[in-house]
Amino acid sequence: MTHGISKAAAELRRAARDPVLLGVILLVAGSLIVFVLYPLLSVGAASLDVGGGKTGLGVYRDVIRSAYLRKAFYNSLMMSTLTALVGTLIGFLFAFAVTRAKVPLSKFFNILAVIPIVSPPFIGALAIIMLFGNNGLITWNLLKIQNFPIYGFNGLFLAQVVTFFPVAYLTLKGVLESMNPVLEDAALDLGGSRWKVFMKVTLPLALPGIASSVLLLFVETLADFGNPLILAGSKFPILSVQAYLQIVGMYDLPKGAAISVLLLVPSLIFFYAQRALVNRRKYTTVTGKPQQSTTQIVSAGARITLFVFCLFVALVVGLIYFSIVVGAFAKVWGFDHHLTLDHFKFVFGVGFKAVRDTLMIAGIATPFAGLLGMVIAFLVVRVKFPGRKFVEGVSMLSFAVPGTVIGIGYILAFNHKPLALTGTLAILLLNFVFRYIPVGIESGKALLASIDPSIEEAAVNLGADSRTTFSKITLPMILPAFFSGLVFAFVRAMTAVSAAIFLVSSKWNLMTVHIMAQVESGNLGAAAAYSLLLVLIVAAAISLIRLALKSQYSKYGGAMLHF
Amino acid sequence: MSVRLVNITKEFADPEREGGKLVAVRDFDLEIQEGEFVTLLGPSGCGKTTTLRMIAGFEMPTTGEVWIGGKNVSNDPPNKRDTSMVFQSYAIFPHMSVEQNVGFGLELKGRPKAEITREVRQIMEVMGIADLAHRRPDQLSGGQQQRVALARAIVNRPSVLLFDEPLSNLDAKLREQMRVEIRRIQQTFKITSVYVTHDQSEAMTVSDRIVVMNKGQMMQVGSPFEIYSRPANQFVADFIGRVNLLSVTVEHLEQERNIARGADGSRYEAASAAPGVVEGRKALLMVRPESLSVESSTGAGPAAEDWMTFAQGIIDKAVYLGATVEYEIDAGYERPILAVSHDPVDAGFWHSGDRVILRFHPRAAHLLPFASE
Repeated sequence: MTHGISKAAAELRRAARDPVLLGVILLVAGSLIVFVLYPLLSVGAASLDVGGGKTGLGVYRDVIRSAYLRKAFYNSLMMSTLTALVGTLIGFLFAFAVTRAKVPLSKFFNILAVIPIVSPPFIGALAIIMLFGNNGLITWNLLKIQNFPIYGFNGLFLAQVVTFFPVAYLTLKGVLESMNPVLEDAALDLGGSRWKVFMKVTLPLALPGIASSVLLLFVETLADFGNPLILAGSKFPILSVQAYLQIVGMYDLPKGAAISVLLLVPSLIFFYAQRALVNRRKYTTVTGKPQQSTTQIVSAGARITLFVFCLFVALVVGLIYFSIVVGAFAKVWGFDHHLTLDHFKFVFGVGFKAVRDTLMIAGIATPFAGLLGMVIAFLVVRVKFPGRKFVEGVSMLSFAVPGTVIGIGYILAFNHKPLALTGTLAILLLNFVFRYIPVGIESGKALLASIDPSIEEAAVNLGADSRTTFSKITLPMILPAFFSGLVFAFVRAMTAVSAAIFLVSSKWNLMTVHIMAQVESGNLGAAAAYSLLLVLIVAAAISLIRLALKSQYSKYGGAMLHF
Repeated sequence: MSVRLVNITKEFADPEREGGKLVAVRDFDLEIQEGEFVTLLGPSGCGKTTTLRMIAGFEMPTTGEVWIGGKNVSNDPPNKRDTSMVFQSYAIFPHMSVEQNVGFGLELKGRPKAEITREVRQIMEVMGIADLAHRRPDQLSGGQQQRVALARAIVNRPSVLLFDEPLSNLDAKLREQMRVEIRRIQQTFKITSVYVTHDQSEAMTVSDRIVVMNKGQMMQVGSPFEIYSRPANQFVADFIGRVNLLSVTVEHLEQERNIARGADGSRYEAASAAPGVVEGRKALLMVRPESLSVESSTGAGPAAEDWMTFAQGIIDKAVYLGATVEYEIDAGYERPILAVSHDPVDAGFWHSGDRVILRFHPRAAHLLPFASE
């Protein structure tokens, strides 16, 4: 204990010798406490508020006694579990087909699987209503079924799988690509059939990655808000939506807070389980010089099966984007499919303020989130200071906490002095900056860990202070991580809905929230037009960053960006 | 079992090259006897690994045939060929224990459990890794991983054992130890073996015969002695060890007595001449550095009558290595002449600036065809 204190004191003394560094550490730690931890604690405090200035578990009792909310809890867990399993299965088959079986059209499949990641998270739900809803293209126009039961489990499950299988795909693609193909060669050489090689070598090696993907998908599905808001319906309650409705519909803050806590607990458990799994010593299967293999590890029959499977998934994803595009130009979806620009007139006219606001908010929040991510990564990996683990843990927390919980936390925490921020631009910016730093931190940490500290020591040895070292040496070296952090922050800021829906106001609104409103009022055409514009903006921004990178840092190529 | 490679050519599509393809192996013919240890030796990119992978079945020849044990296996996939490979990266399955790794091949063949355990135990005993049975691969040193990889290949009693630069990830001392070990194991089990390396001393240690390859083509096949002392051309002479070459004109060819003249008219004699050396044409006289005797240019040499002068010059550099001394002699040629003197205590030291005469015995001299490249 005394040893720990004296060590901390020594670290503090060393940090104090560099006032800039000390200032940055204090600033980062302070703002993480205020903008990540404090809102969460506010949620906890609000859930214990039983009225009359007393605290107790009364609100939780009410929530647990409600059969409807119990059902919501059960539904959320069941939906998340099923999505995690089925989404991972599809993601694995897709990744295996693209990386190992080398099916035809691999590049196309890869792009197709990535599009949903850069789209607003509820685009699946919107398209499913357009295809299978009361006026759905397939259910009504083709099959003449009225009131097809798409709301509830069926529709939501489909939407969640389509939305989240790409996350599994990207995770497992990385896992399969980093697997040494020589191991499969060796198993084949020892006389295993292709099926046995797959079962005994490929699959066991991918198992940690598969488990990690299942946990990740569970957390993301549980936290998802947009899809259930559109598709769950009143007969199939989902926790995140119920928390929102308690606050926005019933103005019952304590109850909304209590539901948030119920949502938060499984999220945190599964999130930290996933982290533990990822951080466990991994199989390092690539050693020595880069391995390559030209062996066909998949039989012709299996390859054709996988190809057909990929085509089918591609068809479903394609259908979704097809209906968004057509919906944006159709007069009245489901009834009058004449082409029109009316919806875009609306978007660029009355509704253009939301577009402008969104671009501005994302545009400001993105560089701050990117830079903050790099600073935190640098502090955590390279600088020794007391509370380092705390900074790391809290900064990753925003990854684990569902957006709904954060949103409720922000309105609870920043509704009064000294930080009365509700309704301002600042609250949206702060939310986005602190919520979307983790990807930058993670890639920054990984990259920094692979760079020999002696490079930075050399700079210090030549007389550079910590600020110069960071800006002249560290930052240029971790630029790839910086840019993938930027892209992630921008995409998320453009497509965010779960937390933001609590924070928008008449003064500052977001496209995503507008889209949700259009869907709720049955104006699918306008929603589709907004969504299309949103996807195009995001795609253009990513291409722009990519292009800038390519001309500037051609040696990094596309490998720099994760998508 | 015997291995036969019949007129094999392997091309890879490569849009960046002329003609859109890279010819990795060209017109390769080789017959390997049962129980023989053959090494494919050459610089990187010479096609040796591709040739090995064609024997294993990981690559299919573009044209030509692969025969193993009198059976044409050209179209069989690797799991249908009775070959076992030791990979450069060892390719030890990280999710299995040492014991499971070694027994994997037998398990795939569906052998009974008791038999697998017995065979695995026995082979691990022979390889000296019995006490590692329950270790995980990431707890093994490089040398131990190497032994596991070898045990895993041998336990299947394959018809052919294939080695793909198996020692390149080990440090120098371990490498020397393991190549002796590999030869011992191969001799114990008498398994036909094909070994790929770019290290000539490794090839000399383990092989019955060495195949020297360059740019996809076979340069020479022969015993370590033939490859080193009777190289077929300048490439082989240069690649295997260090060499001194003099440009000469061939005067007379006769078994064991081949006469050539230098540009200044001096007469040389060599015990052997490679195919392609023709009377009346230019050729290269080859003498290895250790076959040159460094003598005083003033006093008469201690050597007998039949020693002849290779060159005269001034010592440019003398490097004392303990067991030997290496000299670089400036004799007015483009490249300095190398000489290695053993037992310097007996032969005496020479210093930079000393005038010396370099002499050789015709038994150590060899004529090579003059290559214009």
